[in-house]
Amino acid sequence: MPSTTAHKLAKGQKEISVSEFFEKNRQILGFDSPVKSLIMGVKEAVDNALDACEEAQMLPEIVVRIDKIDQKEYRVSVEDNGPGIVSTSMPNVFGRLLYGSRFHAVRQSRGQQGIGISATIMYGQITTGKAATARSKVEGAEAAKEIDIIIDTKKNAPVLLREDFIPWNEKEHGTRVAFYMNGRYVTGKQSVLEYLRQTAIVNPHASITFIDPDGRRYNFERATEQMPPLSKEIKPHPDGIELGTLMNMIKATKEKTLVKFLQNDFNRISERVAKEICAAAALPESTRPSNLTLESSKQLLEGMGKVKIMAPQVDCLSPIGGNLIRKGLKHVLMDIKPEFYAPPISREPKVHTGNPFLIEVGIVYGGDMPSDQPVQILRFANRVPLLYQQGACVITKAIESTDWRRYGLEQRGGSGIPFGPAIILVHVASTKIPFTSEAKEAIASVPAIQEEIALALKACGRSLKTHLNKKERKTRTRSKFEIVQIIIPLMAEKTAKIVGKPVPDLRGTLTKIMNVVWIDDSVIYEKKRHRVKVQVYNYTPKQQRFKVHTVLPKGGLDLASCSLRPSEIKDDEKITWELPKIASTALYEISFELKGLDQDAFSETELYVSGINPVDVMGADPLPGDWDLEGVNFTETEAPAAEKAEDEEDEPDYDESGEELNDE
Amino acid sequence: MTNNERNTEAIKRLYSISESIYEQLDKGQIPKMVLPLRTKANIKFDARTNVWKYGSLRGARSAKKVKGAMMLLRTSYMLELIQEMIETNKSSTLREAYYISEGWGKAKFHSQDESNLLTEDLEIVTQCLREDFKLRPEENGASIIGDINIVETDRKGRKKAVNCRDDVGDSGYGIPYNVEKEKIEIKNTSARFVVAVETGGMFDRLVENGFDEDQNAILVHLKGQPARSTRRFIRRLNDELRLPVIVFTDGDPWSFRIYASVAYGAIKTAHLSEYLATPTAEFIGITASDIENYDLPTDKLTDMDTRALNAELKDPRFNTAFWKGEIDLMLKLGRKSEQQALAKYGLNFVTDTYLPDKLNELGLLKK
Ligand SMILES: Nc1ncnc2c1ncn2[C@@H]1O[C@H](COP(=O)(O)OP(=O)(O)OP(=O)(O)O)[C@@H](O)[C@H]1O
Ligand SMILES: [Mg+2]
Repeated sequence: MPSTTAHKLAKGQKEISVSEFFEKNRQILGFDSPVKSLIMGVKEAVDNALDACEEAQMLPEIVVRIDKIDQKEYRVSVEDNGPGIVSTSMPNVFGRLLYGSRFHAVRQSRGQQGIGISATIMYGQITTGKAATARSKVEGAEAAKEIDIIIDTKKNAPVLLREDFIPWNEKEHGTRVAFYMNGRYVTGKQSVLEYLRQTAIVNPHASITFIDPDGRRYNFERATEQMPPLSKEIKPHPDGIELGTLMNMIKATKEKTLVKFLQNDFNRISERVAKEICAAAALPESTRPSNLTLESSKQLLEGMGKVKIMAPQVDCLSPIGGNLIRKGLKHVLMDIKPEFYAPPISREPKVHTGNPFLIEVGIVYGGDMPSDQPVQILRFANRVPLLYQQGACVITKAIESTDWRRYGLEQRGGSGIPFGPAIILVHVASTKIPFTSEAKEAIASVPAIQEEIALALKACGRSLKTHLNKKERKTRTRSKFEIVQIIIPLMAEKTAKIVGKPVPDLRGTLTKIMNVVWIDDSVIYEKKRHRVKVQVYNYTPKQQRFKVHTVLPKGGLDLASCSLRPSEIKDDEKITWELPKIASTALYEISFELKGLDQDAFSETELYVSGINPVDVMGADPLPGDWDLEGVNFTETEAPAAEKAEDEEDEPDYDESGEELNDE
Repeated sequence: MTNNERNTEAIKRLYSISESIYEQLDKGQIPKMVLPLRTKANIKFDARTNVWKYGSLRGARSAKKVKGAMMLLRTSYMLELIQEMIETNKSSTLREAYYISEGWGKAKFHSQDESNLLTEDLEIVTQCLREDFKLRPEENGASIIGDINIVETDRKGRKKAVNCRDDVGDSGYGIPYNVEKEKIEIKNTSARFVVAVETGGMFDRLVENGFDEDQNAILVHLKGQPARSTRRFIRRLNDELRLPVIVFTDGDPWSFRIYASVAYGAIKTAHLSEYLATPTAEFIGITASDIENYDLPTDKLTDMDTRALNAELKDPRFNTAFWKGEIDLMLKLGRKSEQQALAKYGLNFVTDTYLPDKLNELGLLKK
């Protein structure tokens, strides 16, 4: 008898609708706790609003409102000024799962599954029994359409309870969706407010208003009028594509030959490259795609791996860009007054499983942040904040496996989340973000992505370290400077007066105390210009002559403003000055101006020296090897070693003998 | 030396410090000044005077560091201030000197600790006393009660004879900040010994119980860590009247230090130990053994107390069998006690039992 278990199971197997499935497994969508459900509800609606505005190239104006109905129940309403939804699509957009415009598009957007808003409405309906209300008006329409909607979960189909046309005169176009759901409103690290705050950081072009259940209003104003560029749709890129996807594409193609299929259905495959792939796969160019077997598909995949293919173009991705990341961070983090914003890093696009992606990283340091706590990690996927599942996310893994001790943060054993007064922001932008689940809370550990994040973190970390080094050097040298500039001259004046003799020449004393060339810089922003002053004090016993180098933002230098003409300008940004001879204890000043830059774009001057022994210099680093300047091997000025030994103290420092005399 | 001569000498020595700084600058050197290190490790017992003084370790105050450079700069300002005071026949308190420095611009003191320390430093290098610099402490010395006759020269130059038992109220005779011979002459006494008492409560108890008269004692109230003038006065009583001195304090690490500064010399003023310390002063309690023997009420040692006790174990002044035993015992008990804890056995216990016990041990009990 064939009454096996399989047969028994087969009897019970019947098609279950997607909605029914999600109803039973709501945690997959992220609706697994009252607090989280409320955040998810807001998030799905806000993501859609931002997506729609971006697609229509409109500056988003979003109003989020949460009202408390009773102990458990809340009403959430999200309104945007986007392009609106044509009235015939509204029932499916809000009442059918897996209905969306992005499901099949290879392009960067927040939504990618066609589940978000209908799942939210379904969750609200299950927990409160109430219908959702959606209203939308497209440009030029006379009135908005408004519907009350519930979802038939068995059929995965919308059921309209009411359908109306409403003038909505104050709005030219836009969408408002409102729904009831059970939840819990909180504030803190994982909250609606935090979600919106972080959204504002990475969407500085959006204006977001939030009215909380107590009626408090929070305004995240627009920090820039600059829209993120519209990301273009592209075809799948062959790098790392999976066999299943390839076979699906083979099945779906309209092309009649393999070479045309490769050329037209993929990104970055020219005719030449297509032919190369055919050759590498040992498949005739004229093969009909429909004739490809599993075996020959595998062959084709291998062939694709052998040929070098150009990286996908950038325009399918919409990076935030270094400038706007800094703007967004500054705008929202104003009250913690950070001391340093590392120049954000925006990496070139790379590909994972056929999908282009790129990584952006920003680090904020200091100010009113606690220094004995783990750093704060802000994770973003396609400009959407990720608040949950931090531990499972590739971003966290990349941060944990970076040795932050090198970059000036504390980290026990050189791995794990570092400690210190810092915020690390990581944005992963991709045509398809490989989330660990449908709830879109954490990004899966794809090696190519982790590697790119690590590289960006290191680059940003290096800027942080440079800043910290500079800061430390400043405090160390400031005290010496105080001695030679203020205290010693006063001492000379005073004692001269007491003994009734002329003020002595202090050169010998000053150079003995400092015995370095001391370089200091200051930047003032005034009338849309950065005025930079570099002061070079020769506190060595002999005259000095060397070169000073700096890297300035490309095209920023106003050549006419330079007090000393640069002796060389490379790549429009690497500047070299050959200083004249500077006598012992003399000061030489270079000043110049930068034009056409945002105030934020320049705050400290990176200074390098060559032609002098770097140990004799304070306030500038030796010229790095990758500067590749000709003839900069420094000529060592003979070190005044003998002199140094002579004034070595025999006695310990009296004032640092370190004992509390008043303990009796 | 007369007062005037001492002032002139002080100026001369201070001047030579400024001169040396000038010369170092003129020679292109980094100015510095060498002083004995004022640390626990540099306190050495001087067998000739029986007190603890600074040893041979030297430290340099150099203009290489901001702190040293500032102190060197201030030295010249101090010289000017002192010179001016001498010329106008004024003096100032240490606190006033600190405020006067407000007008020194960059060189001003940031705390009175800084100005006090510099004053002591200058005493050390010039081997003068701060009184020679026309600087005096704002704190007055403590008070004494007992049958002793002194003659004090008051601020108007009049000489006044005072009997410190009969001519004073219950709070006793207030020891002025200057107790040198030109200010106070010690005449005679019927007392047999001096009791230096740490707390006001116990001082008043002994007065109320008539202990000074019963036992022919002079009572000195130390007021916590005793001022220089208090220590100097005790030393003079011991020197000039040959009176034995006993020290009666609370039983905790800080009180042990009070005794050390009376008997051995303080680390801070070791350059003056010869004048200020009374090497034969005896510590009578409260000891850790008293806590056990008299079953006294106690408090738990705090972390600070424990640290202080451990520091004393490394302090050369406490390197005796007696102190090692007492400190170890206190650490072992983990408890400390106050003088007034003796009241557990009644208000007269201290004068009827405790002190007679102790005096008997020392052979000082009145027969
Ligand atoms: N506020 C809006 N304005 C205009 N169009 C919208 C708006 N909200 C939703 N849409 C349209 O409805 C579709 C379905 O939205 P839904 O949130 O369900 O899925 P999605 O955003 O495509 O993907 P995801 O499941 O990842 O959120 C969207 O693709 C978009 O075309
Ligand atoms: Mg969506």
